[in-house]
Amino acid sequence: MESALAIHRLHFAFTITFHYIFVQLTLGLALLIFILKTMALKTGDERYNNAARFWAKIFAINFALGVVTGIPMEFQFGTNWSRFSKAAGGVIGHTLGMEGLYSFFLESSFLGLFLFGEKILGRIGHWLSGAAVWIGSWLSAYLIVATNAWMQRPTGYTLGPDGQILLSNWWALVFNEWAFWQYLHTLAGAVVTGTFVMAGVGAFYLLLKKQEEMGRLFVRLGVTVGFIAAVLVAFPTGDQQGMLVAKHQPVTLAAMEGHFETGERAPLAILGQPDIEQRRLDNPLLLPGVLSFITHKRWDAEVKGLDAFPREDWPDNIPLLYYGFHIMVGLGTIFIAVMALSALQLWRGKLYTFKPLLWALLILMPLPYVANTAGWMTTELGRQPWVIYGLMRTVEGSSPHVSSGNALFTLLGFMGIYSLLFMLGLFMIWREIEKGPSAETHTGY
Amino acid sequence: MLPVIWFCIVAVMIAMYVVLDGFDLGAGIVHLGVARNEEERRMVLRSIGPVWDGNEVWLLAGGGALYFAFPALYASSFSGFYLPLMIVLWLLILRGISVEFRGHIDNRVWKPLWDVVFCFSSALLAIFFGAALGNVVRGVPLDASGDFFLPLWTNFQPGPQPGILDWYTILTGVFAFLTLTLHGALWVNLKTEGAIQARAQAVARVAWMAVAALTVIVTIVSFQIQPHLATSFANLPIGYIFPALALAGLAGMFIFLRQGAEAKAFYASCAYILGMLTSVVFGVFPNVLPANSDPALSLTIHNASAPEYGLRIGLMWFTPGIILAATYTIFLYRKFAGKVQLDAAGH
Repeated sequence: MESALAIHRLHFAFTITFHYIFVQLTLGLALLIFILKTMALKTGDERYNNAARFWAKIFAINFALGVVTGIPMEFQFGTNWSRFSKAAGGVIGHTLGMEGLYSFFLESSFLGLFLFGEKILGRIGHWLSGAAVWIGSWLSAYLIVATNAWMQRPTGYTLGPDGQILLSNWWALVFNEWAFWQYLHTLAGAVVTGTFVMAGVGAFYLLLKKQEEMGRLFVRLGVTVGFIAAVLVAFPTGDQQGMLVAKHQPVTLAAMEGHFETGERAPLAILGQPDIEQRRLDNPLLLPGVLSFITHKRWDAEVKGLDAFPREDWPDNIPLLYYGFHIMVGLGTIFIAVMALSALQLWRGKLYTFKPLLWALLILMPLPYVANTAGWMTTELGRQPWVIYGLMRTVEGSSPHVSSGNALFTLLGFMGIYSLLFMLGLFMIWREIEKGPSAETHTGY
Repeated sequence: MLPVIWFCIVAVMIAMYVVLDGFDLGAGIVHLGVARNEEERRMVLRSIGPVWDGNEVWLLAGGGALYFAFPALYASSFSGFYLPLMIVLWLLILRGISVEFRGHIDNRVWKPLWDVVFCFSSALLAIFFGAALGNVVRGVPLDASGDFFLPLWTNFQPGPQPGILDWYTILTGVFAFLTLTLHGALWVNLKTEGAIQARAQAVARVAWMAVAALTVIVTIVSFQIQPHLATSFANLPIGYIFPALALAGLAGMFIFLRQGAEAKAFYASCAYILGMLTSVVFGVFPNVLPANSDPALSLTIHNASAPEYGLRIGLMWFTPGIILAATYTIFLYRKFAGKVQLDAAGH
C-alpha cells in the first residue's frame, strides 16, 4: 500500500507537471496574442497581424498538447484517487464542472474560429474570437486554481456522518480568499513564461540578423509585459500568498524555510540545506528578522518553527519542498532583474543592439518553466501530508483496488507517450520559429 | 427528484458527446478507405478540424457533471475500469496529435504516418467506448463499499468474474465500431463532393446493413444478459419511445441515403444513436452501475449522488452554462456549414 501510494502521487505529479508546461505558455500567449490583435485593430498596421498569425501557429501546437495532456488530469481524480473523489467530488466537482461548461466550450469553439476563420469573421470578429480564447483560458485557470485552493484551505463545507464532505456554501468555494491570490500569482507566473518565450524568440532573430523587424516587435512586447508580470509575481501576489501560507499552514511555512525552531526575529534563509535528522539548516546564509517581517510585517514577530508541530503533521518531503521554494524565489528575483535591465535599455532605445541582454533573454527562456514548476511543487508538497488540508490525509485518498504494479505500468506508459509528445512538440515549434513570421505559410488541415 | 434530473443531464451530455465526437471518430475510421489522395484526406480532416476539439469537450463537461453529481459513481467506475480508461486516454492523445500535427510538414512519410495513427486510434476508441457501454449494461462485481477492479479479460464469459472484454462486450464494441463507421461515412457524405463522396456512400450502404443486423442481435442478447432491462420497459411502457426513435433513425438512414438527402441521412444517424443510448439508459435506470454479483450492491442514482444542496446549486450554474455552450456550438457549426472548401494555398 505504501509503495502504491508513492506511485499514485508520482503519477499525478508527473502528468500534471508535464501538462502545465503547455498550460503556462497557453495562458501567457493568449494574453500576448490578444494584445497583438488589439494593436493591429487600433493602428491598422498589418505587422501586428502577421505577428499574431505567427504566434497563433505556435499557440495551436502548444494548445493541442495542452488539451491532450489535460484530459488525463480529470480522469485521474477517479482512476487513481477514488477515495478522495468519493469524499470530495460533491464539492470540487462544482469548479471542475464549471470549467468544462464555461471555459472549455468557449476556448475550443473560438480557437477553431480564430485559427481557421480569419477570412469568414472579418477584423472585429477575429479580434473578438481572440478575446474569447484569452478569456476562456484565463477562466479555466481560475476554476482550477479555485479547486486547488479549496484543497489548500477548505471552506464552505460540513462533514457528513460517514466522513463525506458536504458542500454547504458554494460562494465560499468559488470565492475563496486563497484562490484570489493564488490565481493572480499563478497567472503572473504564466505571463512571465509567455513573455520570456516571446522576447527570447525575438532576441534569437535579432542575434541571427534575420526577421529583424519582427524580432524587435517581439522583444519590445515581451519585455514591456514581462517586466510588469515579473514584478507582479513578487509584489503583491507572492507576498500575499506567503502571508496566507503563514496564516493557514504555519507548518508548511516553517518547512519551506527550513525553520526548525520557534523564535522571534525569525531569519530568512537565502541558502542552506535542511537537515531533518539534526533538525537544523546546514551551512546557512541567513538574513535575521526578515522572515518575521515578510510574514507578519514586524521584524521581531514570533514565527513558529517545525518544533511547534507534531512530527506527523510535517510535510513529508521537507528538503524537496525547501529547494522548490528557494529555486522559485531565486529565479523570480533573476527575472525581475533581467526584465528591469531590458526595460531600461528598451526605454533608452539601445536594447535591440545590446548583445549581452539579448543573449540573456535567449538563454533564460527555459527558466520560467523551471520557476513555475518549482512553485507548484512548493504548493503541492507544502500541503502534505494532507490531500485536503486538515481534512483528509493523502494516504486516505488513493484508489484501494488499483495495485502499485498497475499504477507503475500506466505511469511508465505516460512517460513514454509524453516523451514522444515533447520531442514532436519541440520539433514542430522549432520549425515554425525557423520558418519565421514573414514566411507565406499556411498551417491547417 | 434532483438525482433524477442530474441523471438525465449527465445522460444527455454523454449522448451529445457520442453523437458529436462520434462523427469525427467515424470520419477517422473511414479516413483511409474513402480518402485516397492528399486532397481528399485534407477534405476529411478539414471537415472535422474546427470542431473535433469542441466535440471532445462534451466528454469533459459530461465527466465534470458526473463528478460532482454522482461522486461515488465516478470514483468507483473510474478506478474499477482503470486499465481500459488509461488505454482510452493514450488513444485520445494519439488521435488528437495526429489531427493537429499532420498538416505541419509536407512530405511523403509524415502525412501517411499520421493518417494511419488517426484511423487506428479512432477505430480502437470506438470499440473501447462500445465495450465500456457493454460493461455498464452487464454489470460489474461491486463489493460492499461500492468498489471493484476489472482485469482486461478473464475467460471471455460474462459470468460472476468477468473481464472488461468478454464475448458480450466485444460484441457491443464491434457494434459501436460499425455504428460510428456509418455515422462517420454519412458525415463525410454530407461534407464532401465527387469521388470521395461516392465512396463514403458505398461504405454507408454496407455499414447500414451490418448495423441493422447487429441492432437486432445486440438487443436480444442484452435483454438476456441484463434482465433489469425488460423490467424497466414493462414497468413504464412510455419508455418504448426511445427504441422507437432508434428504429425511426435506422429506417430514415436507409431511405434518405437512397434519396441522396445527405443532411437528412446524417440527422437520421444522430437520431438512431440518441435512440439507442437513451434506450440503454432508460433500461438501466435507476441503476447507474449494476452489480452483477448481488443486485442489492448496485450503484443507483440514490446511493451514488451528491447531497441535495450541491445538486440544487449545481442547476443554477449549469443552466446558463449549457445555454452558452449550446450557443457556441451552434454558432461554430453554422460558420463552418456546407461542403468543405479547401484553400488554394497550403498543404
